[in-house]
Amino acid sequence: MSHLTESQINEVDAILSSRKHYACEAVVIGASAGGIKALLKLLSGLPEYFSLPIIIVLHMPEIFESKLAEIFQQHLALPVQQARDKQMICPGHIYFAPPGYHLSVEMERSFSLSCEQPVHFSRPAIDLLMNSAADAYASSLVGILLTGASEDGAAGLANIKNAGGLTIVQDPVEAEFATMPRAAINMQPPDLILSIKNMHSVLVQLAASC
Amino acid sequence: MIDQPTDIDLSQLTQAIYLKYSYDFRDYAGASLKRRIIHALTQLKCKNVADLQMRILHSADEFMALLQFLTIPTTEMFRDPHYYLAIREQVVPFLKTYPSLKIWIAGCSTGEELYSMAILLLEEGLLERSLIYATDINPHSLEKARKGIFPLDRVSEYTVNYQKSGGKRAFSHYYTAAYDGALFDRSLCENVTFADHSLATDTVFAETHLVCCRNVMIYFNRTLQERALGLFHESLCHRGFLGLGSKESIDFSGFATYFEPLVKVQRIYRKL
Repeated sequence: MSHLTESQINEVDAILSSRKHYACEAVVIGASAGGIKALLKLLSGLPEYFSLPIIIVLHMPEIFESKLAEIFQQHLALPVQQARDKQMICPGHIYFAPPGYHLSVEMERSFSLSCEQPVHFSRPAIDLLMNSAADAYASSLVGILLTGASEDGAAGLANIKNAGGLTIVQDPVEAEFATMPRAAINMQPPDLILSIKNMHSVLVQLAASC
Repeated sequence: MIDQPTDIDLSQLTQAIYLKYSYDFRDYAGASLKRRIIHALTQLKCKNVADLQMRILHSADEFMALLQFLTIPTTEMFRDPHYYLAIREQVVPFLKTYPSLKIWIAGCSTGEELYSMAILLLEEGLLERSLIYATDINPHSLEKARKGIFPLDRVSEYTVNYQKSGGKRAFSHYYTAAYDGALFDRSLCENVTFADHSLATDTVFAETHLVCCRNVMIYFNRTLQERALGLFHESLCHRGFLGLGSKESIDFSGFATYFEPLVKVQRIYRKL
């Protein structure tokens, strides 16, 4: 895997600078099969001063009481927690959706959980998180979709883009499971298709410019 | 293709429903309410919220159809078995000290939580001296709860839950299987009062020893959650018990200091 080429750097810069007048307020990430490894790589080394909340749906079997937050906390400097109902969203925190519940963002920038039917066989569903976050944050949202064998997240990412947010999809060539990134790219071309390594640089750059 | 509802559409719709039918969805959590209204628009073949609003204002039947989409029927028997085990092991010993008991299952939906609690109380020798109030805003759900017939294809899952919850018999002891349904023993409901009651608009109706309200308040916003917790606090007797859903808590409410956790991880609280 290589670093960004010069033309890619220019492209990223152009996209980021065209958005300068919007303050970026939050990052939502969807991941499924292969997601733990991809997320660890993406989030490891984010600086302690990283100022955006990162909200994650990672598909896991519902029967497990997820220890994701604890596992990730061991590797990351930023505080990691399982998102709780009616909790206010704090800058610089990383939140995971609890297993067995859909996670949404409310207009007041707090979380809500729900037991509605699974979407794309998943609860939590990436689409539901992304749709609600797009409503709450509109153009000041960054949506990221990583590896997975599902089609969850494609519609949600399209909604983020339609609301004016920035959308990034993991390069399907690199992704452990390409179905999910491909489904999203096919539904609506995202702003950026990047390797995890380059995505990490973009995140750092975004947080610095906010 | 339907028109995506705006915030103004949604607040007009909930206001119209409230004025016409006194059902109050105005303080429901927005994200999930919006999804359910979008789902209803598709299922009821409405082009947009204005169309839906016109139809429900002119027909109570249409409103009843919409209500089925606005309430969430996702539930199961002995859901989160460890919660029921904790009730059995850590709440029941206190309940046994009362000569008679009043228990409120708030937002009972189609009755799965109610029958689970009734079975638990029966096995602990408490059902005979208990009066259970099972309340919900959806009359169709209450009717289903009254009938006590659950889909047979869910029963194997419920059986596993029941066993994990500390169940003392064979689960099949409590139901008769016929066609695609499992009909639960009528005697479980002898002391149950089913009632149409709204946590958004109604008041307290009885003093109770135990209130169970699981996965109901996650659909409320903070204001309505405060109201509901206020009702439970008022209804509970001195040192009464409150059981919530496994991902709910009173931590982000004004009532955090009015209760103490009894079994924190199972969301069982005790009134201070």
